[in-house]
Amino acid sequence: MYDVAIIGAGVIGNSIARELSRYNLDIVIIEKDNDVSNGTTKANSAIVHGGYDAKPGTNMAKFNAKGNPMFDRLCDELDVPFKRIGSLVLAFNDKDMDTLKELYDRGIKNGIPNVEIIDGEKIKEMEPNINEDVIGALYSPTAGIVGSYELAIALAENAVDNGVELMLNNEVKDIQKIHGGYRISATTGNIDSKYVINCAGVYADKINNMVNKESFKIKPRRGQYYILDKSASHIAKHVIFQCPNELGKGVLIAPTVHGNIIVGPDSQDLNDNQRDELQTTSNRLDYVKNTAKRSIKNIPFNKAITNFAGMRAEPSTGDFIIEEAEDAKGFINVAGIKSPGLSSAPAIAEYVVEFIKKIANGLDKKGDFNPYRKMVVFDELSSEEKTEMIKKDPRYGRIICRCENITEGEIVDCIKRNVGATTVDGVKRRVRPGTGRCQGGFCGPRVMEILARELEKEPKDIVKDGKESYILTGETKDS
Amino acid sequence: MLKYDVVVIGGGPAGLAAAIEAKKNGVDNILVIERDKELGGILQQCIHNGFGLHVFKEELTGPGYAERFITELKSLDIDYKLDTMVLDITEGRVINAINTIDGFMKIEGKAIVLAMGCRERPRGALSIPGTRPAGVFTAGTAQRFINMEGHMVGKKVVILGSGDIGLIMARRLTLEGAEVKAVAELMPYSGGLTRNIVQCLDDFDIPLLLSHTVIDIKGKDRVEGVVIAKVDENRRPIPGTEKLYECDTLLLSVGLIPENELSKSAGIKLDTITNGPMVNESMETNINGIFACGNVVHVHDLVDYVTEESIRAGKNAAKFVKDQLIDNSNVIDTKPGDGIRYIVPHKVRVENLDKTLDMFMRVTDVYKDVKLVIKADGNIIREMKKKHLAPGEMERVKIPVRDIKGKNISNITVSVERGVN
Amino acid sequence: MKQYEKVCIVCPVGCRLTITEDSDSDSGYKVEGNNCPRGEKYGIKEVTNPTRVLTTTAKIKGSHYERLPVVTSDGIPKDKLFQCMKEINTLKLEAPINAGDIVIKNILDTGIDIIASRSMSKE
Repeated sequence: MYDVAIIGAGVIGNSIARELSRYNLDIVIIEKDNDVSNGTTKANSAIVHGGYDAKPGTNMAKFNAKGNPMFDRLCDELDVPFKRIGSLVLAFNDKDMDTLKELYDRGIKNGIPNVEIIDGEKIKEMEPNINEDVIGALYSPTAGIVGSYELAIALAENAVDNGVELMLNNEVKDIQKIHGGYRISATTGNIDSKYVINCAGVYADKINNMVNKESFKIKPRRGQYYILDKSASHIAKHVIFQCPNELGKGVLIAPTVHGNIIVGPDSQDLNDNQRDELQTTSNRLDYVKNTAKRSIKNIPFNKAITNFAGMRAEPSTGDFIIEEAEDAKGFINVAGIKSPGLSSAPAIAEYVVEFIKKIANGLDKKGDFNPYRKMVVFDELSSEEKTEMIKKDPRYGRIICRCENITEGEIVDCIKRNVGATTVDGVKRRVRPGTGRCQGGFCGPRVMEILARELEKEPKDIVKDGKESYILTGETKDS
Repeated sequence: MLKYDVVVIGGGPAGLAAAIEAKKNGVDNILVIERDKELGGILQQCIHNGFGLHVFKEELTGPGYAERFITELKSLDIDYKLDTMVLDITEGRVINAINTIDGFMKIEGKAIVLAMGCRERPRGALSIPGTRPAGVFTAGTAQRFINMEGHMVGKKVVILGSGDIGLIMARRLTLEGAEVKAVAELMPYSGGLTRNIVQCLDDFDIPLLLSHTVIDIKGKDRVEGVVIAKVDENRRPIPGTEKLYECDTLLLSVGLIPENELSKSAGIKLDTITNGPMVNESMETNINGIFACGNVVHVHDLVDYVTEESIRAGKNAAKFVKDQLIDNSNVIDTKPGDGIRYIVPHKVRVENLDKTLDMFMRVTDVYKDVKLVIKADGNIIREMKKKHLAPGEMERVKIPVRDIKGKNISNITVSVERGVN
Repeated sequence: MKQYEKVCIVCPVGCRLTITEDSDSDSGYKVEGNNCPRGEKYGIKEVTNPTRVLTTTAKIKGSHYERLPVVTSDGIPKDKLFQCMKEINTLKLEAPINAGDIVIKNILDTGIDIIASRSMSKE
């Protein structure tokens, strides 16, 4: 019997797993997909919010405020890209200014450091491309941007390094109470565990309902985005939000940690049976385009390199649900983790561990916990280091992704790691070939070849992302 | 530091021709840097014929055309490095490059020739909405898979874009047993050659849907279908004309973009229309001693013209090394007039011209029975009747040097004019 | 009198040809719309015995790629394209191969050979 079973390998599940791996526990993460970080974590704004936005007293406010300052150390330990670039909420009229004042007050109540309201002139200094109609902004210098799936992957790798077991391709079908814990029946069989932590994202209510009475509902809420080429990176230096008003919540424009620009999202509530419907739609993308123009008039959308949709888990309670189930002791829901969930993840993990400590009457700390997870980013090395690296492993001398200068060495490394990539998109999320302007036109086939070679598979058995996302339909001349 | 007289970046048709020509013009110490594992560039996957009509007066396949240059390069003992990637070009014409054998290298060139070619516009550049399944390929990626690696990319295929690559892939997929359901083209005319419409589509009864585009992609893991709609004169989808095509594959042949990341990092000025470097009559960029030729400058439709342009770049790179290029000359600006999208070269130093000034250009629209009018400082110096002009077909205009030399001309314009009866 | 409309594919101009049966002419046809003599020749051939140059690949072992590009030595009858493909697809070549090597002689008794369009060295 495991001590802790975590359902869902997104940023929340993985954060909790890594935090728990500091203790002498048998921990397993159960994930239905073929890779970690494949749900909400892979498609969101990747913002570490300042923390002024949520209503004081809510879980969202509490965990955001606590989580934000934890990112420097966390990302440093795990070699994850993170930049504290600050955020601006723009106001265009007096009504917006009133909203800013309200947000400012919330910021103070939430304990967010250094938030201030600045005037139009100062904004133009900070963001020369901003719409001239902007009259003021709430500046939150502690807001930042992070590689969201990189973080979730790094957390999983570090957790596994510290003894956590990760089961992929394993969907939870049912959960039964057994003596001393729970029996989880999943694709590959039964898994018994003393404690269960439900981090199942947009499916968290379904998991809860397997063992507990229905205490909340998750509504899928879709958001669509554009990503612009690096050559557009000059248009924004901060995370630029708009005031929520009668026109809607507005959309953000922000740099990404890799130097692109992200624009989005819209917000669209979907039906209960549409939790996996991640398609983008032209009218929603147009909405994103047109709304973003309020912040910066001349956004070069002709430099868009991709668009995508993410699914957020909107809880019926309106706030993060982080508590033990009423009818199931030792079964802990960590559900409805919508925005600012990413920003809150480290603090949520700490809280959940404290909770387990409490119900388990204390936990045993490991002597040999290793908080570090390192990886080589070849492009960032000095010429001497590059020379050394290629000497050690010649595969670092072969560029596979021409847009982002990613070497074969880095790709092989990310396949060979303990939560190694097995799909083309898995490699893309770990070391980024295919995220550049050609979107994998050149490197996709090479990555496929390397995956096949390293995993000892046939090229036609390598998938793009999901289990059925085959790339090749066979060989020529064989039909 | 490795030192060469001429370093050519790119071992495709442009780079090969430039290197060979530099050698023939008396420069000995030449290096070609190629990122793929063999020379020839994109020609190696263009197995169809039709190459070389101008240069060799015969029809060759892409690999056949490439091989003639590769053989010549080798017989001339020109150095080349394969599987080698240039990371950047720094001050003083120093190139940083890496490969698995030499590791990290600094390579200095007295002259550098940029010949990196172009890349394809991906799905994201079109912002096609829908899901993001496997089975969406750019035509060139599919072409390499099929022609070089022997992998099949789909069974039922829709192609978006009727440029030559799209048309040629329609035939290729059909011959290899796939069913090509349709080729959709946003514009009211095809961007490809008429002969390719006949022998790639008509021969196999593949419908060409002009003024149509893909507005949705369906399928969770793999493409299950695409929705095609008719577009109005502003290229906007017309509601009510949507039709679902069941297919497992969507091929995109929606344009090529010169590959100029290196040029940009080196501070080379680009033309916003061509997305390639601004060049003078010698194919030299705004940075002294850095030349450019082929698809990195502007996308060509015939490799023969790439060769011609690259010969000019190679020859002038050699002249530069030998300090034979004249800089204090009468400089003429070329300017696209009505109906002309762009002209290459952008600047002409008259003293460096041999017998003719050769200008390459593209028109903005389809024209029938018009004339190309060339003016020097507003005065007509040449008129050429044209039965047919189209944006997909590059035009070349040659002006004898005697018409412009010693006349202190400051600009030359080319425009499309009606009035041919 | 039979009439055909064809687009000439000899060169990029793409003349629209009208080919009419004409018993007075030596060839038996009258071609209109062509801008050059090659167009006339093409027009007549296209209605009597249309041919196409076939370019495809053949399986090859022992080189750095597993497919060798090949081409017909001249146009083959249009209606035999797929039969030719079938024949070529059965090939199992071995590197090295030189550009111009004949890999199938006189395919389907057409008098046309299948030729390697590039060299591939042994790896």
